[in-house]
Amino acid sequence: MTSVSNQNEVRPPAAEQPLETKRLLLKELVAHLREQRTQAREDWARRIQEANLLTAMSSEEIFAEATSVYDNYVEALATGTFEALQAYARNLSERIIPRGVETNEVVGIVLLLRDVLARSLFSKYRSDFAMLNRILDAYEPAANRIAITVAVGFVQERERTIREQQEAIRELSTPVLQVRERLLILPIVGLIDPQRARQLTEQLLRGIRANRAKVVVIDITGVAAMDTSVANHLVQTVEASRLLGATVIVSGLSPEIAQTLVNIGVELSKMTTVGDLQGGIEEAERLLGYRVVPKLSDAAEPEAV
Amino acid sequence: MEVPILKQGPFLIATIQTALHDADLVQLRDAIVEKVGKLRAKGVIVDVTALDVIDSFSTRTLSDVAHMIRLRGANTVIVGIQPEVAFAMVQLGLVLEDVATALDLEEGLAFLNGKDRKGERTVPRRR
Repeated sequence: MTSVSNQNEVRPPAAEQPLETKRLLLKELVAHLREQRTQAREDWARRIQEANLLTAMSSEEIFAEATSVYDNYVEALATGTFEALQAYARNLSERIIPRGVETNEVVGIVLLLRDVLARSLFSKYRSDFAMLNRILDAYEPAANRIAITVAVGFVQERERTIREQQEAIRELSTPVLQVRERLLILPIVGLIDPQRARQLTEQLLRGIRANRAKVVVIDITGVAAMDTSVANHLVQTVEASRLLGATVIVSGLSPEIAQTLVNIGVELSKMTTVGDLQGGIEEAERLLGYRVVPKLSDAAEPEAV
Repeated sequence: MEVPILKQGPFLIATIQTALHDADLVQLRDAIVEKVGKLRAKGVIVDVTALDVIDSFSTRTLSDVAHMIRLRGANTVIVGIQPEVAFAMVQLGLVLEDVATALDLEEGLAFLNGKDRKGERTVPRRR
């Protein structure tokens, strides 16, 4: 864990002090920060705006968040526990990530707060240099740890959001659609890698089961290129579907793909292939016994299905 | 464990309830093939819904059943292969070649009925 090692590197001067003194110092520090609450908050909010950070938020919002962050910050210093701050950081990240707040902004504002507080300590203990040193020794490791906690919380939250979105994209990228009773369409668009091919097959098989599908049209118009492994996945999908009792029609093989498949010698003879999606659906309807009749001829002479 | 083989009109239905040993499978095969002749059945449904593993021996035995029954003048359909099982099977290259399959018992019956009336039709027409 980098956060722990960083913090240990910073700590040595402070660790040399007797623990009791350190606690007293922190106590004094916290008292000072509570006293300075109004002043420091305003300074901080002003400096955030001056530095052009958090531009996505209004100044009222910045001030409100600044207040909560400040209180949580002082609380973490006072108690020495970071769970509450961590939870708050996660919550804050959850709210501000959708608004486009960047990592550098979050790190920036935390470092600004650290700076604002350090300045206020400087001005208070200006006269007593030794005391200032000791106070800073007590303050800095804790402040660093807080900055790290908030930044790591933000990054983790962001990664979580990204993971969720990736998951959503993956789900969306392989829709299994029912166009008629017992007829499914699986349009495939884009690149197929082994993982996606696997997921595709699983979703299709589940879809066949759920919709009691009899015929499936796999449309690969949107697939630019195909290699041996993808072709084999396709063959496997067709065979697995057949084991569930569904017939698969593959549509939309481009001339390039057809040529590739013939060149690499993939066994496609077992597959029913049709030129385009329309043809695929028509073939599927034929297999299912549907018959699409234009309205005019319908009135003239309805044929028996 | 013995698999019950039930007569339902002109068809026989064998529902496999639990995972079977190789010997049980062979016994099932022999029993089905014998009963098809004795009961003059026109079709056989083997229901494997309860199986969560279908290995190479099961696949071979099932396809043997289908081929032997064809030689005896009837049709066979395997029903109820689970999606996960189907996926695992094709990955292992076990594809039950030339054997009819259907989603479940109902589909299997519809398939055999279609065969009964119309001869070689893979997908039965809707009513």
